[in-house]
Amino acid sequence: MDFLNALVNITNLLIIPATTYGAQLALGALGVTLIYSILRFSNFAHGDTMAFGTIVTIGITSVFQSWGISLGPLPTALLALPFAVVVTAALLVGTDFAVYRFYRAKRAVPIIFVMASLGVMLMMNGFVRFLAGVKNISFADGERFIIKARDFKEMTGLAEPLGLRTTQVLTVVVAVIIVAWLFWFLNKTRTGKSMRAFSDNEDLALLSGINPNRVVIVTWVIVALLTTTAGVLYGLDKGYQPYVYFQLLLPTFAAAIVGGLGNPLGAIVGGFVVSFSEVMITHVWKKVLTYLMPENLEPSSLMQLMSTEYKFAVSFAILVIVLLFKPTGLFKGQSV
Amino acid sequence: MTEPFLIGDNMTGGYGRGPDILHNCTIAVNPGEIAVIVGPNGAGKSTAMKATFGMLNVRSGSVRLDGEDITNLSPQERVIKGMGFVPQVRNIFPSMTVEENLEMGAYIRTDDFRSTIEQIYDLFPILRDKRNQAAGELSGGQRQQVAVGRALMTQPKVLLLDEPTAGVSPVVMDELFDRIIEVSRTGIPILMVEQNAKQALEIADRAYVLVQGANAHTGTGKELLADPEVRRSFLGG
Amino acid sequence: MTQTVRASIFFAIMAALFIIEGSTNAWVFSGSWNTSLVILNMALVSAIMALGVNLQWGYAGLFNTGIMGFVALGGLAVVVTSMAPVPETWAAGGPRIFLGLAVGVAFLVGTIYLRKKMPEGRNRAIATVVMLVIGFAAYRTIFDGGVDAVEAIDPSVSGYLGGLGLPVVLAWPVGGLLAAGAAWIIGKTALGLRSDYLAIATLGIAEIIVAILKNEEWLARGANNVNGLPRPVPYEIDLQQSADFVNKAAEWGMDPVTASTLYVKIGYALMFTAVLVFILVLSQLARHSPWGRMMRAIRDNETAARAMGKNVTRRHLEIFILGSAVCGIAGAMMTTLDGQLTPNSYHPLRFTFLIWVMVIVGGSGNNLGSVLGGFLIWWLWVKVEPMGQWLAQVTTAGLDPTNWFAVRMAEAAPHMRLFTMGLILLLVLRFNPRGLLPEN
Repeated sequence: MDFLNALVNITNLLIIPATTYGAQLALGALGVTLIYSILRFSNFAHGDTMAFGTIVTIGITSVFQSWGISLGPLPTALLALPFAVVVTAALLVGTDFAVYRFYRAKRAVPIIFVMASLGVMLMMNGFVRFLAGVKNISFADGERFIIKARDFKEMTGLAEPLGLRTTQVLTVVVAVIIVAWLFWFLNKTRTGKSMRAFSDNEDLALLSGINPNRVVIVTWVIVALLTTTAGVLYGLDKGYQPYVYFQLLLPTFAAAIVGGLGNPLGAIVGGFVVSFSEVMITHVWKKVLTYLMPENLEPSSLMQLMSTEYKFAVSFAILVIVLLFKPTGLFKGQSV
Repeated sequence: MTEPFLIGDNMTGGYGRGPDILHNCTIAVNPGEIAVIVGPNGAGKSTAMKATFGMLNVRSGSVRLDGEDITNLSPQERVIKGMGFVPQVRNIFPSMTVEENLEMGAYIRTDDFRSTIEQIYDLFPILRDKRNQAAGELSGGQRQQVAVGRALMTQPKVLLLDEPTAGVSPVVMDELFDRIIEVSRTGIPILMVEQNAKQALEIADRAYVLVQGANAHTGTGKELLADPEVRRSFLGG
Repeated sequence: MTQTVRASIFFAIMAALFIIEGSTNAWVFSGSWNTSLVILNMALVSAIMALGVNLQWGYAGLFNTGIMGFVALGGLAVVVTSMAPVPETWAAGGPRIFLGLAVGVAFLVGTIYLRKKMPEGRNRAIATVVMLVIGFAAYRTIFDGGVDAVEAIDPSVSGYLGGLGLPVVLAWPVGGLLAAGAAWIIGKTALGLRSDYLAIATLGIAEIIVAILKNEEWLARGANNVNGLPRPVPYEIDLQQSADFVNKAAEWGMDPVTASTLYVKIGYALMFTAVLVFILVLSQLARHSPWGRMMRAIRDNETAARAMGKNVTRRHLEIFILGSAVCGIAGAMMTTLDGQLTPNSYHPLRFTFLIWVMVIVGGSGNNLGSVLGGFLIWWLWVKVEPMGQWLAQVTTAGLDPTNWFAVRMAEAAPHMRLFTMGLILLLVLRFNPRGLLPEN
């Protein structure tokens, strides 16, 4: 029995990565949920918006680097992020003017918006490829580790390593700041409240003199903030690749739905439900069990429930379970 | 006769490009008055009121507020002109607290509306107790109070209520009517559509019976209650 | 302009494009009949896929974004039907794999049965969990051992069970059946939901199907691909060695190499056309049958149809299965045409969303429209790249080739496809939402 080593293994390979990934998913799911509750459709271009925000950040970062600007131990991308948010917001608001506004005026059914978002998705995907191709880009600079695996082993004398990367801590810190700001904005400011009112009851919001165009524009700007940040944090953590971002669509939607579509708190909890399920099911439990089991009962196989390639199955299974047992999600969201 | 404060004068029209639902229909209300619109199902009661609020296409006739022609204004513009409207259904923001509902009612106001909120809590004391509760979790009668309170937040010059007692129990209905009378005592003219014709006529200073989108009978509530034909046709004897 | 005239004009234009491709070497046209036929064959397959999606969307308003998965299952069908079985791997672990799968399914069915029999409550929840845990452990223990044994055998060329060794054309209906089976499972769980939910669920299932194809090497060699699939048409090299064929080619004034490639491709084109016409006729018949009318009635007013006692969920399941089966058939045909199964090539933008563009552009609800959309969008998909290169040359004609803009334009041309497809979709949705050949 070696409880401590088992715990370190779980922390290093499960808790830390799942927390980081969960924070990234939560930011993405918040964007999905906002669009769903204000604009009332599932935005298929969400993953590609994340890719766009990230590639703009990468571009600005490299400009800053060429000017010799850096944030010391922190990644320069953090400094580029606000500028990229502005660019992404401009793109999203522009897209709304060019595409979605027309259907809103016609009061088109949601599925038409989804179709239009497919078109936007294809265009954005092509545009992002045009900007940066399809290769994997790593753009994290600054100090890579807060705790190095080897240092940890030397320090504690344990057999199991524990590494903590700067980007992992950064992800959680930035996500907490943004989520706190978003909740303050939605619950305490006049504009934020008007967005919630619009989401609750559009006709009554119009009667109350809430300007729908303003609500929509503010929504897209916040979505730009959420997607760009989520994309940049994910990219700093795992590297940037457009196709991977497209594929994030599924876990992001799963997170938003499991929490309850339209419910911001649900989106955050959903993000962590999805990330922890995914990491736990694809985690190799062999070492943990070896530490915990008596000597001769050690498992011989990897003790992995599912190989990592099937992580989408986890998101899918969560979707199905929610839809079978609790269609409004964990927190009361709009029924799907 | 002097011009009423709000008048929908000789209105003919329908929804969008649809057929006409109203035919030369006139309804009006003055300060301090409660005007009610009653009539059989499908008579165009709600439609007549919505016409004064700009929610349908008035093809002939006009709507005037305080002498000003507002026939071509949108509902939102009429709110700014001083009209408050409480729809029959979906008239609150269910996931927002009672107080937030009131704040949203005051969205177009740029001045300090704290005192208005206090006035509304004085009118509807139950709302003060439930101020931090989500409006969607309240009972039917309480929700209607939130809805009326929300509409009052703009300090309207006239208040339109579309079947405020639909779907509530008789006890709650009486309570709601009491509240509406109280609101009216503050001097706001109230135009109201009601399904419960008898009770509504009892509190009405001015009443309209509509049949198939046209005025059938007009008078004070008492007059109509006394009118044998109205009694026979609409009040069940 | 009547519908027929309109359709005739559009199809005439399409035919002209293929003839110009074959005969004229100018602008983006290659002047090669071979290229023309290559494009045509994929266009035929695409048209069939579009017909399948049109069944679901145009007839019933079902938003399926899992087309890629059904197409990939069609591809898998080719391997399991037509490849020769590999006796060594069967001996090593084949039965064990299937025993494992059977145990897994048995436990799943058992759990469902148990849940139906037991009253709701804590005991049922515990029983469910226990059944699932034991079942999963048993399934993995049996299954994994079999997989390891199979994959260990000659992994560089084999390491999989092979197929049934049947004629390859049989794989097409088998592909339809596989896709139909998958659609039945998906439909049972995900149909009857809000349209966007179905879209997300099907998007997920398609990713899972492709993940299975990529990773289950015992099944179809995973990412190692299966090459050398049998063909329903002769090999070019055999034709070139046949004296008869060489003589015939000479009579036509062609050299044997060109003649043989054209012969093979025309062979495919004829077979694909036959399938396309067959499915098109069936779709049209279905459309005008009482069943098809009911389907459209449900699409136009689901509530009313339900109120009239129509079993909406059941009808949706039927058409979901049918449409998916058509996609599976097309997927099998495509893999047959390619002669290899390459799981890594399945990409949702290409195999799901491009098909959607075809259906919307062609005219949702109109079968001929879907066929037209399939032809036109596939042609564009192929030609946008050369068009982009042409555009890059024209716009940067006066510039130094190392100029930033010139470099960008030259690099950008290959990425213009998706952008253009998105743009076309948006333009059609906005300005001609009923498509080129609207539903009448």
